[in-house]
Amino acid sequence: MNVNKRLWVRSMLGAAALAALVGGAWAQQGQPVKIGLLATLEGPFAAGGADGMRGAELAVKQRGGTVAGRKIEIIKASSDAKPDVAVNATRKLVEQDKVDIMVGPLSGGEGIAVKDYSKTQPQVTFINGASGAQATTLDNPSPNFFRFNTEGAQWMIGLGKAAMAKGYKRVMVIAEDYAFPYSQVQGFMTEYCRAGGKVPEKAWVPLGGKDYSSVIAKIPKDVDALLVVLGGADAVNFLTQYENAGGDKPMLGGSITVSQDVLNYKGKRRESLVGTLSAGPLADAYDGADWKAFVADYQKTYPVSAGGFPSPSLFAYVYYVNMKAALDGLEAVKGDLSGNQAKYREALSKMTLKTPNGDVKLDANRQAIGTTFVTEVVKDDKGNLFNKVHSKIDNVDQLLGMKKEEFKIGSRDVPACP
Amino acid sequence: MSAAQWRRAMRSGPGAQALPLAPVAPAALPAPAPARLDWLAALRRTVRPHHLAVLVFVLVFPFVATPFITFQVAAQSLVLGLIALSLTFLGGYGGMVSLAQMTVAGIAGYALAVLGTSSSGADIAMRWPWWVAVPFALAIATLCATLIGWLSVRTEGIYTIMITLAIGVAFYYLVLQNYSVFNGFQGLREIYPPKVLGVAWRDPVPFYFLCLACAMAGYFLVRWVVRAPFGIALQGIRDNPRRMEALGYHVVAHRVAAYALAGLLAAVGGVLLVWYNGLITPGSVSISWLINILVVAVLGGMRHPMGAFLGAIVFVLLQTFAIDLIDRERFNLLIGGVFFAIVLFSPDGLLGLWAALRSRLGSRPGMTSNQRRQP
Repeated sequence: MNVNKRLWVRSMLGAAALAALVGGAWAQQGQPVKIGLLATLEGPFAAGGADGMRGAELAVKQRGGTVAGRKIEIIKASSDAKPDVAVNATRKLVEQDKVDIMVGPLSGGEGIAVKDYSKTQPQVTFINGASGAQATTLDNPSPNFFRFNTEGAQWMIGLGKAAMAKGYKRVMVIAEDYAFPYSQVQGFMTEYCRAGGKVPEKAWVPLGGKDYSSVIAKIPKDVDALLVVLGGADAVNFLTQYENAGGDKPMLGGSITVSQDVLNYKGKRRESLVGTLSAGPLADAYDGADWKAFVADYQKTYPVSAGGFPSPSLFAYVYYVNMKAALDGLEAVKGDLSGNQAKYREALSKMTLKTPNGDVKLDANRQAIGTTFVTEVVKDDKGNLFNKVHSKIDNVDQLLGMKKEEFKIGSRDVPACP
Repeated sequence: MSAAQWRRAMRSGPGAQALPLAPVAPAALPAPAPARLDWLAALRRTVRPHHLAVLVFVLVFPFVATPFITFQVAAQSLVLGLIALSLTFLGGYGGMVSLAQMTVAGIAGYALAVLGTSSSGADIAMRWPWWVAVPFALAIATLCATLIGWLSVRTEGIYTIMITLAIGVAFYYLVLQNYSVFNGFQGLREIYPPKVLGVAWRDPVPFYFLCLACAMAGYFLVRWVVRAPFGIALQGIRDNPRRMEALGYHVVAHRVAAYALAGLLAAVGGVLLVWYNGLITPGSVSISWLINILVVAVLGGMRHPMGAFLGAIVFVLLQTFAIDLIDRERFNLLIGGVFFAIVLFSPDGLLGLWAALRSRLGSRPGMTSNQRRQP
C-alpha cells in the first residue's frame, strides 16, 4: 500500500513535470518576448537617453512589434549615468520583471558595471545600448554581453591619416580628463603616430571646465594643429577663449566636438572652422540609401513637434543598431530562446548585421567591427557650416589593427609619440 | 546640582529610562544575583508583543520574498537606513545636521576598495585580506568623521550644514579628479564581500542577514547611547549648550565624540554599500547622494532611530518601482510628490504620521521620544 502510494505520487509528479515541459515549450512560441530597455532619462545625458529610447523603439516599430510570431514587449528603466544606479535598474528588469533580453546602458562607466553584473545572470542575453568604454569588451569580457556599436577609439580611425594628408605634422591634444576622451585620443594617435606624426604636448582638462587660459598659454609655437576632444559647451568655451588670445591654429575635432552648437558659432574665427576634420560612427550628410531611409523614417516617426531631433542623434542611431541586432537575432532563430538562449547567442555572434551605415560583424569578444566616417566642415551657399563626408573607413576593429599582446587600453600616457 | 552629582544621577540604573531625573536611593544598589533577575524583569518590561512581531517578520522575510526584493529592496534599505541613522543620531540627539555622513560612508568605501581587493584600469588596490582591510576602512572613516566634527562643531545651525556640505563637495571633486589613488571618474569596481564560513555573503539571503545584523547593532547602539550618561549630556548640550558648559561639561568634546560615533555607524553602512553595489565611483558621494541621506532621515522622522529605516524603505521602494506606476519621463515627479506630501502633512515624517494616527485612534498616547523639539 505504501509502495503503491509512493508510485502513484511519483507518476503524478512525472505527469505534471511532463505537462509543464511540453506546455512550456509550446507556450514559448506564442508568448511575448520581454526586452528590458535601459537609458539615462535623468542626469547629464537625459536628452541623449530619451533620443536613445526613440531609436530603440523605432527598430521595434519597423518590425510591427512582433518577431517570428512572438510579440515584443518593451519594459523601460532609467538611470542617471552612474554605474550603481544603472546596475540597480538592470537588476530590477532582470530579476523582478524577468526580461529575456536586456538592451542598455548608455554611458561608459555604466556599461562596465552592467557587464560585470551580466556574469551573474547567465540566463539573460545583454546587448549594449550606447556605452563606449573600451574595457567593457577588452578587459575580462562577459560571455553573454554583446556590443553591436563601435567605441570611442574606433570612431577616430581615419582622422590621423586625413590630418597627415592635410600636412599637419605636429599636433597638440586638448581633451577632457576621463575614459571616453582617452579612447578618442588613442584612436587618433595610434594611426597618426604610425604615419609619422608627432604629439609633443597633451593637456587633460576637467570635464565642464570654464577657464582654458593656462592650456592656451601652453600651446607650442611649432605645432600645426590642435586636436580638441571636448563636449558641446566646453568646445565653444575653448574656441571663444582661444580666439580672444589671438590663436590661429587649425583644429581637429573628436566625435562629439564638432556638434551643431560649434557649427553655429558666431565669433570671428568662424571662417577658420571651415576645413576642420573630425570622425565618428555616423555623418548627417552621408548619402548612402540606407542611411537616408533611416533618417527619413526617424523624422517621420518622431517629428520635431513631437520632441524628436531634426536628425537622429548618435544615441538614437546606436540604440537603434543594438535593438535591431537583438530583433534580427530573434528572427534568425525563429523566436527560439530555449536552452539558456544558446542558439540565440550563437546567431548573434555569427550574424552580419545590416545597419544604415553598412555591415557590422562581431569579433571574438562580441564587440562590433564596423564603419567610421571622417568628416570635414564646409560652407554651403547660404553661408551655413555643415559636416561633409570626407572619407568612409569600413571594418574598423577594436584593436585598431594591432596584435592583442601589444594593445594597451588608452590612458593619459598611452599611446605617446612626442 | 554639581556636574558630578548630575552624572551620578544619569548613571543610575533602569529607573533613568522613564524619569531621567528621578533620584535613586543608594540602597537600590543590588547584589549580583538579583541584578540578573532585575535585568530579565527589565527586559520583560521593555519588550512588547509588537517588538517580537517585527523581529519575527524581519527574520522570516527573506525566506518568503523573492531574491530581488530581499537584495535590492530590503538589504539596500537597511544599508541606507544605517547611514541615515548616523544622521538621525547627530541631528535628532545632538542637534547637528551634517550633510557629510554620505561622505564618511564613501571614505570607508573608498578605503576598503583601495586597501582590499578591487579592480581598475590602473593597478591601485593593495589586496589586503578583508579582515585587515575592513577594520582599517572603519578606522580611517571614523577618524575622518572625527576631524570633520572637530572642524564643524564650532558652527551652529545652517553654518554646520554649509561647512559639512563644503567638505562633502570637496571630497567628491577630490575622488573625481584624483587618478593615482581613487581612479577618477571610473572609480574602483569588483569589490565583493568575502566567502567566510563557507557562506557566499553576496548572495541575497546571507547579505540580507549581514545587513540586518549591522543595522540592528547600530539601532540598539543608538538606543543605548542616548540613555547612557553621554547621550543624556549630548541632549542637554543640544537643548542648552551654555548651561551644560556652566555645569562643567566639555561641550566641544561631547559634540566631537558624537561625530565620531555617527561616523562609525556611517562607515559600517559605507562598507556594506560598497559590497552591495560591488563598486564605488564619485557618483556614490555626489551632492545628490549627500542630500538623499538627509531626505531619507527627514522622510522617516528624526524623533526616533526607527525613522531612518522607515524612511529608507519608502525611499528605496519609490526609487525602484515609481517607473512602473507612471510614464517613464515623469516618474521623478511621483517621487518628489510623495516626499513633498509626507513632509507637508507631517513635519516629523512617517513617525509623525504614525503618532498622529495613534493619538487619533486614542488607544494609547502616541509614540514619543524623550527629546525636546529643537529650538
